[in-house]
Amino acid sequence: MNILIFVLLSLLKVAVVTVIFLTAVAYTVLLERKLVGRIQNRWGPSRVGPFGLMQPLADGLKLFLKEDLMPDAVARPLFILAPIIALSCALISIGVIPFGENIRWHGVDMFQIADVNIGLLVILGVTSVGVYGIALSGWSSNNKYSLLGSLRSTAQMVSYELALGLSVIGVVLRTGSLRLRDIVNVQNTHGILSWNIFGGLQLIAFFIYLMAAFAETNRTPFDLPEAESELTAGYHTEYSSMKFAMFFMAEYANMINVGCVATLLFLGGWSSPFGNLFPAFGGAVVQALLPVFWFVAKVFCFLFLYVWVRGTLPRFRYDQLMGFGWKFLLPIAIANVMVSSLVLAFHG
Amino acid sequence: MHLALFVIFGLFCLGGALNLLLQRHPINSALSLIVVMSSLAVLYLLLGAEFLALAQIIVYSGAIMVLFVFVIMLLNAGEEEKTHGSRAAYLAGIPGVLALFCVLASTYVTLRTSFGQARLGNFIVTTEELSRVLFRNLLLPFEVTSILILVAILGAVVLARKEQ
Repeated sequence: MNILIFVLLSLLKVAVVTVIFLTAVAYTVLLERKLVGRIQNRWGPSRVGPFGLMQPLADGLKLFLKEDLMPDAVARPLFILAPIIALSCALISIGVIPFGENIRWHGVDMFQIADVNIGLLVILGVTSVGVYGIALSGWSSNNKYSLLGSLRSTAQMVSYELALGLSVIGVVLRTGSLRLRDIVNVQNTHGILSWNIFGGLQLIAFFIYLMAAFAETNRTPFDLPEAESELTAGYHTEYSSMKFAMFFMAEYANMINVGCVATLLFLGGWSSPFGNLFPAFGGAVVQALLPVFWFVAKVFCFLFLYVWVRGTLPRFRYDQLMGFGWKFLLPIAIANVMVSSLVLAFHG
Repeated sequence: MHLALFVIFGLFCLGGALNLLLQRHPINSALSLIVVMSSLAVLYLLLGAEFLALAQIIVYSGAIMVLFVFVIMLLNAGEEEKTHGSRAAYLAGIPGVLALFCVLASTYVTLRTSFGQARLGNFIVTTEELSRVLFRNLLLPFEVTSILILVAILGAVVLARKEQ
């Protein structure tokens, strides 16, 4: 009986998280279109539903009903496999992300799907495997623009993965654990003052992570893989219908993942910015849901920043991109690791 | 459960390795190698080495194999063609592999008792224990390996340098 409850609750948890995540992906697209619209002094989508709120539904329906084109001379198995790899790698990461206090009901953790000892490494590993989706899509499309897009993307992701990996080491050193719950628990003693970005002295690491993460998710100003003025649409030029939608969803899901990881590592996860300044109010349910609210609010701020940057900055040139990653971000990340470990060794 | 997973992923590993040899197109071979690397990671996980498993995924499946695929895409390598050399490789290779397999198998059978045993199970070697072994007991080999890699990087820089 006990194992039955466990399995049922776990399945329920997975289903709920997946549905919420996919909805969040759809509405991130709307958020981007709305915000970029406002930045460019126009309305953005406003016709479907109040304030255009039903637009994601209409978009999804449209993509679903489009013809699924299969161009001649594509490497068929890889052409189909590529969007599946991209989307599934983007969806797996949410499985190890904790978004609330460790509250158990029938022995099942309510606010995390799987509490893994090495959660941070799982996320890094899944992200690094996700490159194949983009790499293979460009190669199998038999199109020179796609191929150039995926070559750029592969080189970019491999280069920036180094800076990304090194930027989180300071956080891991402070915590002494790779478990995401431990990383947040270290930060929730004195509210905003003990978050890693301030109390952990990881401000520089946060900015390295931010820039590397923008490059990892192929977003402006690092969106060379799909630079439309040079490469039509980059790696997904030949894709249509749901196969294109899968790449699109993967991109936005990755944005949310990166936002979640940045929140957990640097912005105190689900902990309140006020710490224990205010007395606990409401019942047990409010106290359980308040951390989730803080977590979602922080991730939302991060997504807002993403869109803001997209609306503001122009695209890098390719040699600038590589120079920035290897000659600027990587040395700073290494210096940050050394300084953090020295400080921790003498004061920690 | 653990044994079943071990057998399944061991078979994946062997299947991937065979497919690597049998495929004619380099990109398919590279993808089979990724399957081999990833199933090895699962085997490490079954042996309780979680850090090693994820390091295997991040470093081998995620970085090194991406570079392999990158080079294959960049050179736009086509299908392999049969030459006289490939015939010779068949003639010498298959008996050679069989002989090597026999030697390894007989060595294993005779020395089986002195190898010690590895357990499959629910235990975990934490990252702390691993780093304690790595940075205390095995410090010298670790540092020597890093110098080896540094030499390789310097070699790559020298080879890639433009002629003055």
